[in-house]
Amino acid sequence: MSATTMPAAPARRRISGTGDRIFEWLCRGAGLLVLALLGAIILTLFIGGLPAFREFGVQFLWSAEWNPVEGRERYGALVPVLGTVVTAVLAILFAVPVAFGIAFTLTELAPEWLRRPLGTAVELLAAIPSIIFGMWGLFVLVPLIQHHIQLPFGETLGALPLVGVLFESNNFAGTSILAASLVLAIMILPFIAATMRDVFDQVPPVFKESAYGLGATRWEVMTGVVVPYTRVSVVGGVMLGLGRALGETMAVTFVIGNANRLATSLFDPTNTIASVVAMEFPESLMGSLKQSSLLALGFLLFVISFLVLALSRWLLRPRLK
Amino acid sequence: MSATAMHAAPARDEATARRLGRRRRLKDAAVRWLCLGATALGLVFLASILLTLLWRGLPSLDLLIFTRDFEPTTYGDDTLPRGGLRHAILGTLLQTAAATAIGTPIGLLVGTYLSEYARGSALGHAVRFVSDVLLSAPSILIGLFIYQLVVLPMGGFSGLAGILALAVIVIPVVVRTTEDMLSLIPNTLREAVVALGAPKWKMITLVAWRAALSGIVTGVLLAFARIAGETAPLLLTSFGNNILSGEVGKAMASLPIAIYQQANSGFPDLIAVAWTGALLVTLGVLLINIAARLLLRRKG
Repeated sequence: MSATTMPAAPARRRISGTGDRIFEWLCRGAGLLVLALLGAIILTLFIGGLPAFREFGVQFLWSAEWNPVEGRERYGALVPVLGTVVTAVLAILFAVPVAFGIAFTLTELAPEWLRRPLGTAVELLAAIPSIIFGMWGLFVLVPLIQHHIQLPFGETLGALPLVGVLFESNNFAGTSILAASLVLAIMILPFIAATMRDVFDQVPPVFKESAYGLGATRWEVMTGVVVPYTRVSVVGGVMLGLGRALGETMAVTFVIGNANRLATSLFDPTNTIASVVAMEFPESLMGSLKQSSLLALGFLLFVISFLVLALSRWLLRPRLK
Repeated sequence: MSATAMHAAPARDEATARRLGRRRRLKDAAVRWLCLGATALGLVFLASILLTLLWRGLPSLDLLIFTRDFEPTTYGDDTLPRGGLRHAILGTLLQTAAATAIGTPIGLLVGTYLSEYARGSALGHAVRFVSDVLLSAPSILIGLFIYQLVVLPMGGFSGLAGILALAVIVIPVVVRTTEDMLSLIPNTLREAVVALGAPKWKMITLVAWRAALSGIVTGVLLAFARIAGETAPLLLTSFGNNILSGEVGKAMASLPIAIYQQANSGFPDLIAVAWTGALLVTLGVLLINIAARLLLRRKG
């Protein structure tokens, strides 16, 4: 670790060796700063959340209470944690098939001249700030759900045994888990699609040509050659999308309804860790128990998304080289 | 992988073979249309967002937006002054520029370290990993971090805190592009410079950086575009402000925060201003992205 990998040739004539040393330490110092940054983020969130952890103990993790009334303050993480996980997983379920279709189109189906503009369009979708997705979701998607999706779904699917309850709700505002996961799905779509396209492109052409030579159709080449070859990286790309969906704040805050309630239906409002922090942190009193509880939530979110992102990177590792 | 799992066994009679072939072709065609449909769906989302922005943002896009600061709702009374976004636009430009100025040198040095000094070393792997995690880490947590670190000790929200939060977001973006671009430079170039007797640091700063310049600038542009639309961390750091203020020690307005507050105000005239702000942010961000791409492509 200590020495440079590129062995600095034994300097016969000292050509400002000090300059070299200073510059190398400058670069290494900046690298250490990045490491320290991550450590500091974890540490500040944990220390900030300590009073809440101490006050509520492990119960904090599975209590669904959120009571800011003075003297009877009780805070629990269950609702936001569940909301975060459920919306992110639903978003993945919505986004992955579409992302796969886009990646398949971009690598196999689209004519050469169309691939670049299509790819750029997908990447531009990724560049749009999250608050824009939030506004679009609130003013376009939410009314759509409210007027055209919730009623038919509630009437037809609500009658089903067991799963019917998922579609029945007495919340008719349109701001709901479904709205949040759809917006999230659109937001992470370009990230997953771009990763899939990149890994599909790395399949050696010989493999594909051999399969085509045997008379396989494009779909058979995809399922028989490309997907098995890239499976691990595809999962890594999906994990990357999941990591992004877990921590997305503004878009979700706009459309999820921000109610601290356990949702039983797709059309119920609830909240996520990020949205509850965005809604309540700026107006909470400095150093209050509420602020500490929100920091504790932030710590939980950091742990969850760190694990997912680390897993994603580990899975994508062979392709990144 | 183990060969095609297709119905490989040659069919006995010709009729079966033809039926099988037809079924495979049909399946292929169905999947192809589904995939094209998925791509169309993605484009529909992009188009819907852009058209909604134009449709609702253009009507109030005029000079007043750029020359006036926030005004409360007029309740439909046309004699009262309509508000603009000057305070927010200038606040965003100031914070974004300052954050890019702070984050870029650090990111540049880290990227240089990863590409020129740390190939294969354990510390290098750790730094690369952490930088990649930071790249996708929830930005609101960076807001919480700076809140604890800067806002709490200073006793209030401040533009400075916002700048620092955005700078933290800039670093990993610049690291990634810098490392990628430096690793594209052929080693022969480095060797040629060192063979002339130049010390390594001069080789890096005068030759490697210059050769990778367009790529590095692309990274800085992308980082700028990324933080120009960041909302969540600013909510916890610079908080937003309704007046024009250049004081970094106090709460400072920014375009995303102004959009967020006015869009949720419930007043139609304020929501119209919010849409115009959203249109401006999106156009700015997309134009910077396209410019960055063109820059990279021209250089090849």
